[in-house]
Amino acid sequence: MKLRPDLAIIADAVPAGTRVLDVGCGDGELMVALGDKGIDARGLEIDAANVTTAIARGQSVVQGDANRDLADYPDDAFDYAILSQTLQTTERPDRVVDELLRIAPRAFVSFPNFAHWRVRLALLWNGRMPVTRLLPVAWYETPNIHHVTVSDFRDLVRARGIRVERVWHLSGDKPTSDAAASWRAEHAIFLIARG
Amino acid sequence: MASRLHEIQHQSVTIQAPLPLDSGQVLPSVTIAWQSYGALNADKSNAVLICHALTGDQYVASDHPATGKPGWWARMVGPGKPIDTDHFHVICANVLGSCMGSSGPASPDAATGAPLGMAFPVITIADMVRAQAMLLGHLGIERLHAVVGGSMGGMQVLAWASAYPERLASAIVIASAARHSAQNIAFHEVGRQAIMADPDWQDGLYYGSARAPTKGLAVARMAAHITYLSEAGLTEKFGRRLQARDIKSFGFDADFQVESYLRHQGLAFTDRFDANAYLYITRAMDYFDLGEPHDGRLAGAFAGAKDVRFTLVSFDTDWLYPTAESRRIVQALQSVGAAASFVELSAPFGHDSFLLDVPALDRIVAGALRTGAR
Repeated sequence: MKLRPDLAIIADAVPAGTRVLDVGCGDGELMVALGDKGIDARGLEIDAANVTTAIARGQSVVQGDANRDLADYPDDAFDYAILSQTLQTTERPDRVVDELLRIAPRAFVSFPNFAHWRVRLALLWNGRMPVTRLLPVAWYETPNIHHVTVSDFRDLVRARGIRVERVWHLSGDKPTSDAAASWRAEHAIFLIARG
Repeated sequence: MASRLHEIQHQSVTIQAPLPLDSGQVLPSVTIAWQSYGALNADKSNAVLICHALTGDQYVASDHPATGKPGWWARMVGPGKPIDTDHFHVICANVLGSCMGSSGPASPDAATGAPLGMAFPVITIADMVRAQAMLLGHLGIERLHAVVGGSMGGMQVLAWASAYPERLASAIVIASAARHSAQNIAFHEVGRQAIMADPDWQDGLYYGSARAPTKGLAVARMAAHITYLSEAGLTEKFGRRLQARDIKSFGFDADFQVESYLRHQGLAFTDRFDANAYLYITRAMDYFDLGEPHDGRLAGAFAGAKDVRFTLVSFDTDWLYPTAESRRIVQALQSVGAAASFVELSAPFGHDSFLLDVPALDRIVAGALRTGAR
């Protein structure tokens, strides 16, 4: 089974033998890949059907809401926290980032870049909220309530004294260079660490 | 009748070793009746202990000797079932205090040979688990692949993980709680009072007499049975439909289908359960509060259980052991770093959902058991 490109990058980057919390783990796809690497992965997921599938696959997943239930994990419970494609759906992304770096010293955060040129063009020419491959849902029913750009996220972590250890930019399913990533990246993955 | 119930022969063992109880009393020896399914492998690593609920028994996947009905979890346990007896050696023991062959209030007094009745000591969930551990010692099984249970069975699973964390790899807790709530205790007290108010109860010494408190026990079962269902389930099944009549009788017959159903449930229960056992086991459940010995901190109960894999399931229509109780357990487990899974499943059957057709539960139980096998 082939992992989504952003998940493949994360699976590759997490060192073997670590403890990981996958926040918004879906049906456990990434957790299975991490488990194959000898990583002790746990999951948090809001959707009962996804949780059921993940447990049926042998994963340790708790049904819960990233907005609220991260508080139940002790400080430094994990080596890495992972939040993929979920930040923009949370009520307070800033607080979620703080929680991630409370329960683990490092976190992978991936999100669709709202400043991608297709999004900019759609807004500029049509004057309408864009519907793109990575943002396929109309504004009134999208779960993405806090659209964020690569530059926004950099500002957020800088303001909070969080270090950026590594960034991957994706265009389509392929890595794209960091040059002009703000325009060209459809998707960004940040590895952040406590400052 | 209770007397006929106690004539059934069960597979059992009497262990001639003292069983110290939470009450401070000691049972000088203990008899445990049990059933097993599937073969134990050579290194004895595939044993799964199933813990039964309040009115359950060891006949988890075989016909009930009193009623002839299929085992209470036959849909979950058997060859090719989620708890697959082609792979696992499944053990289910009648709990201490019950009436299907294990030591309980109908057991004879060692000195006189007469049934103990209320002279049997009050027992707890932890005492039940101690007795099960003695049985496993007798069977030569040091470590369990998993302990599984719903409702009171789930309480035993939690008590197992707390008392003997090194003796189990996986704990599966369904529709349960780490403590009995005031509401839980209240419903049980109604049941106990119904039994003890029945003149045929005779202070618990009815075993030799022609009279047994079947009316009281039936009422206790009727009240409890309501708590196992959901309002939506009752409405769907019965609504306000009348029972075998077109108009109301303006009397106190069972006019409504739901009344007739409950009366039947209550009466049928007395064929397979002993009133005193009902008193003792409900008491054990009411006393259950896993965090109590740890200054009320539930996490303290799991201090040694970091390496046990836990799987918890609740049901959205279960108001007897609601989701919040499972979440409380999950929080305690997360705070000690134990691997925990939890999901609230949607099912229309209330608390009884754990016994009924909920395909997602089957997938979860099968998945949780496979994981521990690695």
